[in-house]
This record gives sequence, structure tokens and C-alpha cells, in this order.
Amino acid sequence: MSAGPRKKLMYLNRRAPGGTIYAVEGLEVVLIGAAFDQDVCMAFVGDGVYQLKAGQDTSDSGVKNFSPAYRALGDYDVNRLYVERESLEERGLGVDDLMPLTWEDEDDDWAEKPSIHVVDRAELARLIDAQDVVFNF
Amino acid sequence: MKIGLLVNEGPYQHQAADTAFQFAQAAIEKGHEVFRVFFYHDGVNNGTRLATPPQDDRHIQRRWTALAEAHGVDLVVCVAAAQRRGICDPDEAKRNGKDADNIAPGFRISGLGQLVEAAIECDRLVTFGD
Amino acid sequence: MTVLHTVNKSPFEKDSLDTCIAHALDGSTVLLIEDGVYAATRGTVVEPRVRDAMQRMNFYVLANDCKARGLGEDTLIDGIGRVDYGGFVDLVTGHDSVQSWL
Repeated sequence: MSAGPRKKLMYLNRRAPGGTIYAVEGLEVVLIGAAFDQDVCMAFVGDGVYQLKAGQDTSDSGVKNFSPAYRALGDYDVNRLYVERESLEERGLGVDDLMPLTWEDEDDDWAEKPSIHVVDRAELARLIDAQDVVFNF
Repeated sequence: MKIGLLVNEGPYQHQAADTAFQFAQAAIEKGHEVFRVFFYHDGVNNGTRLATPPQDDRHIQRRWTALAEAHGVDLVVCVAAAQRRGICDPDEAKRNGKDADNIAPGFRISGLGQLVEAAIECDRLVTFGD
Repeated sequence: MTVLHTVNKSPFEKDSLDTCIAHALDGSTVLLIEDGVYAATRGTVVEPRVRDAMQRMNFYVLANDCKARGLGEDTLIDGIGRVDYGGFVDLVTGHDSVQSWL
């Protein structure tokens, strides 16, 4: 949709999903932004890693469960989700505690590939530094 | 330079709207273009004309409106966030069967694409929030 | 790329400053605004962490927010630059991107 060169956009998530609206409204930006055909990635740091926790079920708390929407990201070509290793470890979590998010690679016979990439803090710092724009939610 | 601003918090509750305004004003004074101010999350509450702050305090909405009128700054309120929080213009009010609208002069309601577009079009995007 | 990082939270309430410092590359700039300016004062438990970070990053405070909080220039850690809103704008345009640690 934009004529200029593609920009590197990162959506940096540092908040837990339930206590405030930032995570769900942040995800809405990611899904809308996918139409702009930019170089997009997401990062999950601090409490943001809780957004990807498997098994979220809000049926007893009277709020909408938006966690299934993360599974749609692959269909929107948002397939680089960087999760900070230290943030997981600080919270007693490992990658097996997260939703198994995948995407289908059309350049590789639609092979199903994992979207989640666990990276250490130093690598994430370099990724942040390399972006043109970082959205914070 | 072309600068875009993202305001994520409502007026008075948090300093974000004040900092964003002061930044926008300073940027314009320095000859930069403030391409757009996008209001998201509770930031959409900057755009109601019904706020009545005490007379000895700043009027945050009117300050934004004046900035738009004086410098043509595009003040965009996110439609999805606005619908959740009861901010609407005449069209939105009609579409959703509301008995009133409350959007302030100088503000317009539009989609999230306007935020992503600002991020792509501007040389810098600066976020103000909580 | 050089990034301007902004921090607007008191370091005594939120981990935004520590998260910022942990993710800012050497040579970056950190601008403390709003309640973030409390991190710039001397004699706090945070001061050693700020001084340590100042070895590899440039630190600024928004002077308007210091004044509003009763933080005179003489209460700030030596070597932290002071800017007004115009200086904030110059920092934004003088770096390649802005990362707001909310």
C-alpha cells in the first residue's frame, strides 16, 4: 500500500495480557498494519511474554479471550515473534509453556514453521536498534 | 523533518497528553512538520469536546484544537478505540444509533491504518503513554 | 543506527529504566521525562545504576519536568544533560529512531 521502501517495524510488547487493554489493542495494530506490506516483527519482553502463554481461558472472568488471535498472525505474514529468553526464565517459563504459533512458508511448499524465536537480551537489543520504528504496547 | 506522534493516554489522568502537546508545539516552532497526532487506547479521550476542566487549569482538548487550526496538524482518533470508549462524530453516532456525538473541532475519527501510515511516512514516530 | 530511548517512569515504581538500560546499545542516548526524571537525582539507590549506564550512554533529563517536581539543577547527577522541549525535539531529530520505554 505504500510506494516507498519497506520500513522495519517492530511491535514491542512488555505488558501482561489481562490486566490492561494494551496487549489486545496492540494486537489490533499488528493485524491492521499487516496490510501495509512492511518488514514486520514482534517482540515480547518482560510481562509481555505472558501474552503468549498457552491455555489462557477467560470464560470464568467475563472478558473476551483474545489469545486465539495470535494464531492468526501467521496468516497475516507476521511470522517473526521474538521472545526474550531472560524474560521467560525470570518468570519460570520455557518455550513449551507458550502457544505453539506457526506459519506456512509458501516458498518452501507451504511447510509449517514455528513463528516463535527465543532470543537472548543482547540479541533483542540489537534487533531494537535495527528498526526504523518501534511500537510499544 | 516530518514527525508523527502517538498519544496513548487520556487527558489529566496521565502527563502523556501534556508532554505530547508541548513536544508538538516545540517541533513546529523549530520548523518541523507535525504530520499527524494519532490518539489510541485511552488517548482517544483527548478528543471529546464535552470536557470541562476547572477554569484555572489548562484545557487540553482546546489546546489540541488550537494547534490543528493554527498549523493544520492532523488529529486522528482511532475509531475502534473510540467506539469502546464512547467518542463519536456525527457519522459514527448515526451509524451506531447514538443520540449524540462528542468529537471536538479539529479532530477526526479514522482507522488504525492512519497510525501505521504515519509510522511509514514520517521520519520519526514518537510515542507518549503510560 | 543510534537510538534515542525515553523513560517516563519513576525507577522506584516500575522497571522501565532498568529495562531500557538493559536493551540500549553503547553510544545510545537516554532521555528521562515525566516521572522518569527522579532517576537523575543524587543520593538515591538508583544513582549507582545510572552512573554505571552513563559510562556507555548519554543521559539527559527534561528540565521542565525536573522543575515541576522541585528537582533543582544542583540535585542532579553530574554529567546528565538538561534539555527543554525544544531540546527534546532536537534529540529526536538527531537520532535515527525513538524507543519509548513506557
